[in-house]
Amino acid sequence: MIYEHSRTGRRATAQTNPEMAELSDIPDALLRKRPAGLPEVSEMQAVRHYTRLSQKNFSIDTHFYPLGSCTMKYNPRACNSLASLPGFLSRHPLAPDTHSQGFMACMYDLQEILKHVTGMHDVSLSPAAGAQGEFAGVAMIRAYHDARGDTARSEILVPDAAHGTNPASAVMCGYKAREIPTGRDGDIDLDALKQALGPQTAGIMLTNPSTVGVFERRIKEIAGLVHEAGGLLYYDGANLNAILGKVRPGDMGFDVIHMNLHKTFSTPHGGGGPGAGPVGVSQRLAPYLPVPMVDYDGTDYVWLTEKERPDSIGRLSAFAGNAGVLLRAYVYARLLGRDGMHRVAEFSSLNANYLLKRLMEVGFDAAYPERRASHEFILTLKKQAKELGVNTMDFAKRMLDYGVHAPTTYFPLLVPECLLVEPTETEAKEDLDGFVEIMRTIKQEAETQPDLVKQAPHTMPVRRLDDVRAARELDLAWKNDRNAQPE
Amino acid sequence: MPFIPHTEDDIQEMLAVIGVDSIDTLFDEIPDELRCDELKAVPAGMPEMEVSRLMQTRAREDGQPLCFLGAGAYDHHIPAAVWQLTTRGEFYTAYTPYQAEASQGTLQLLYEYQSMMTALTGMDVSNASLYDGASALAEAVLMAVRANRKSKSGRILVPRTLHPLYRRVTHSIVRNQGIELVEVGYDSKTGQIDTSVLEQYTGEDFAALVIPQPNFFGVLENVDELTEWAHTNDMLAIAVVNPLAMSILKPAGEWGENGADICCGEGQPMGAPLASGGPYFGFLCCRQKLVRQMPGRIIGKTVDLDGKPGYALTLQAREQHIRRSKATSNICTNQGLMVTAATIHMAIMGGEGLQHMAAACHGNTEKLSQALCSLPQVESVFDGPFFHERVLKLPLAAKDALKALAAHNVLGGFDLSDDYPELENAILVCATEMRGEEDLEQYRSKLERVIAAQVQTPCQLKPDW
Repeated sequence: MIYEHSRTGRRATAQTNPEMAELSDIPDALLRKRPAGLPEVSEMQAVRHYTRLSQKNFSIDTHFYPLGSCTMKYNPRACNSLASLPGFLSRHPLAPDTHSQGFMACMYDLQEILKHVTGMHDVSLSPAAGAQGEFAGVAMIRAYHDARGDTARSEILVPDAAHGTNPASAVMCGYKAREIPTGRDGDIDLDALKQALGPQTAGIMLTNPSTVGVFERRIKEIAGLVHEAGGLLYYDGANLNAILGKVRPGDMGFDVIHMNLHKTFSTPHGGGGPGAGPVGVSQRLAPYLPVPMVDYDGTDYVWLTEKERPDSIGRLSAFAGNAGVLLRAYVYARLLGRDGMHRVAEFSSLNANYLLKRLMEVGFDAAYPERRASHEFILTLKKQAKELGVNTMDFAKRMLDYGVHAPTTYFPLLVPECLLVEPTETEAKEDLDGFVEIMRTIKQEAETQPDLVKQAPHTMPVRRLDDVRAARELDLAWKNDRNAQPE
Repeated sequence: MPFIPHTEDDIQEMLAVIGVDSIDTLFDEIPDELRCDELKAVPAGMPEMEVSRLMQTRAREDGQPLCFLGAGAYDHHIPAAVWQLTTRGEFYTAYTPYQAEASQGTLQLLYEYQSMMTALTGMDVSNASLYDGASALAEAVLMAVRANRKSKSGRILVPRTLHPLYRRVTHSIVRNQGIELVEVGYDSKTGQIDTSVLEQYTGEDFAALVIPQPNFFGVLENVDELTEWAHTNDMLAIAVVNPLAMSILKPAGEWGENGADICCGEGQPMGAPLASGGPYFGFLCCRQKLVRQMPGRIIGKTVDLDGKPGYALTLQAREQHIRRSKATSNICTNQGLMVTAATIHMAIMGGEGLQHMAAACHGNTEKLSQALCSLPQVESVFDGPFFHERVLKLPLAAKDALKALAAHNVLGGFDLSDDYPELENAILVCATEMRGEEDLEQYRSKLERVIAAQVQTPCQLKPDW
């Protein structure tokens, strides 16, 4: 804990002038009486402390990280360096257009590239993450219906396997979320969908390939049914990596989509963000796109704001969203180009299908064995849980001991004891083979010494944590009275 | 093939294991009529060196002008160590810390962040970040409507002294849930919330009053009085603060008798570069009793099987991945890396370092304001106390003045005429600790020339451009 290095009167003096400027013009009643209880440490202590903390993390740069639905592929370092050029870092968000043409050119180009790879009519880059993109998308669906006076539509349909953000975003836009079951083959239950559709349907939110890792084969039929009922189709771009350059959401019949640039366009996840969740729309939703957007008038790049786009659903963050993330995605898109984009889908699918086959060979069960895997697949450890008493979480924790970040566990909820595995295209065959060996070893351990697996991890900085205690005896901040200084 | 390690042999071996003869066969479940052609309109790939040349040209194009713009994003010094540590791969390329045992670095750092933010704001608890200051306010408004059981109206009092972009963002985000934002005017003399307007709402049903400190004009509000008024009228008090200002100003948790209920704002001054407006991070703190209404991730300290302290995501039953349609918010990915930078920034600066930094900004803006007000017909508009930003009135249209200054590579401030036409030719200026004496003088002399050239008054200086 950084506070444990804290001593009164110690501070990183290199960073400020020793003399403090006057504040005497501020009325006393508005001033702080006691200094904020921040740690008082030297610069070296801080550097050492945070370097050590970083070493307690698994990351893409240090470990295989096959976390399903998260697309943990290599984040090229060039994207970081080039987005961090001084001209980009020092540009004020409200700088005039005369001092913004370089940045705006990148944003405009990125909008165009995203339009083409998704087959959408128009794109706004401003949503700060996937969930904000979802919010924007559903808000646009609502704006569209409202503008037509079609205000009785109150429901958004979401598959039971959908990301939790889907129903939560629908609710934030004032809709009820209604669940549609998934069929046995992993595709949506078409009969249930037909029953659910009606004059109350505002739209449906789908991920394709779906969260169970297979391509929704009857997507055209679904699009037809939803459109016939007067609803619109929303595409959750979480799994865009699987189809980049192969099939486009626009061609599948979607009206509005979001992309997770921190997945498909390889910007870093940063321990939980920032992401970027641009939205793309068909022509009929274009007027409602969130602002700001960038346009090119033939000579200059110009901002499109509330003024130029009066029907917009508005602004979702004060400025232009996560600009630095967008710059990284732009660099990535230019490095890959159109050929590189095809290969993303090809090799992420090759890796996933190969890994699935190898894992099945060593005795693991696929949740949808008759289906082709997309860029990810689901194993179900139902058998191991039942026969050996070793469950998915135990397997996941034991993987950490072998230096692999666990795949996504217990999502989607409809598959019991599931592991959602997404190797991504940037892993080499030998690393996938290494993962198979680890899984085989853990399976053997589960058979011969189950407690070893059930007690895992054994080599991490901590053993399994007491989550119940964390929620019951809330300790959410270092208490300053604990910050007593030794004399 | 950029970033793809497969050799031809690898590919053949892998296809053989799968039992297909080509990679294309892997896409055989996609109906043929949906398959797209090659993406002709997307440019071909380029080697890193060429992309680097392109990006350098574009970055140079934007100049790096001398910046006196603030208005919600501030040009502060960032210790070199902050981003050198933050971009370590172990922070930069980790995911949300779902596997706690393999993410103790990020989790402990976030717990430290929560500790620092509560210390700075004087609140009980903090979440682990939201997208930015404006969207954090929108979440605070939604939270207040959920939390204030005495209020049924879904109405919120929002002062015109709040950042106009924050008002717009909040409206965009909350309007579909039937929440109404009611505007409160300002006192044209002080630049503070007009309490006589507020008095008209005494006894009415509102879920909360939003209190910015400092407000958009840089003016300091009478936060004690406003917080008391809100509480007396059964409203929650939502503080929107600049975290740097919190190092010298009365923390939100100490406003009035009982403190603000929710405190949010823009974290950018804590280690995030200007960078065209993002990524920054929104922070959100609240009183203990509201913690279950809070959106976003929260990290708790707990123990492992051996009783050793450790950190984990907690109160997840509020979140979308557990509660789905009943979650407090749809937020999933937040701004983790920016929080990493902010935590390291606050640790290096310490409370005293932040105070020095805040005071230096304040002093610089005061000097700038005095220098500019020495010019003919330039005057300060409000007489309320201020922090590090000021509204000045010019003798010519703000747009024209700023455009002329920009031609001299000086960003002279924010044009208030669109959002506050009643202030006429007013601009909002800011001089952070990054601006030296010579920078202030440069602004003064350029503005002098701009005024001399554009105002039909006798002048002694001949413009040299």
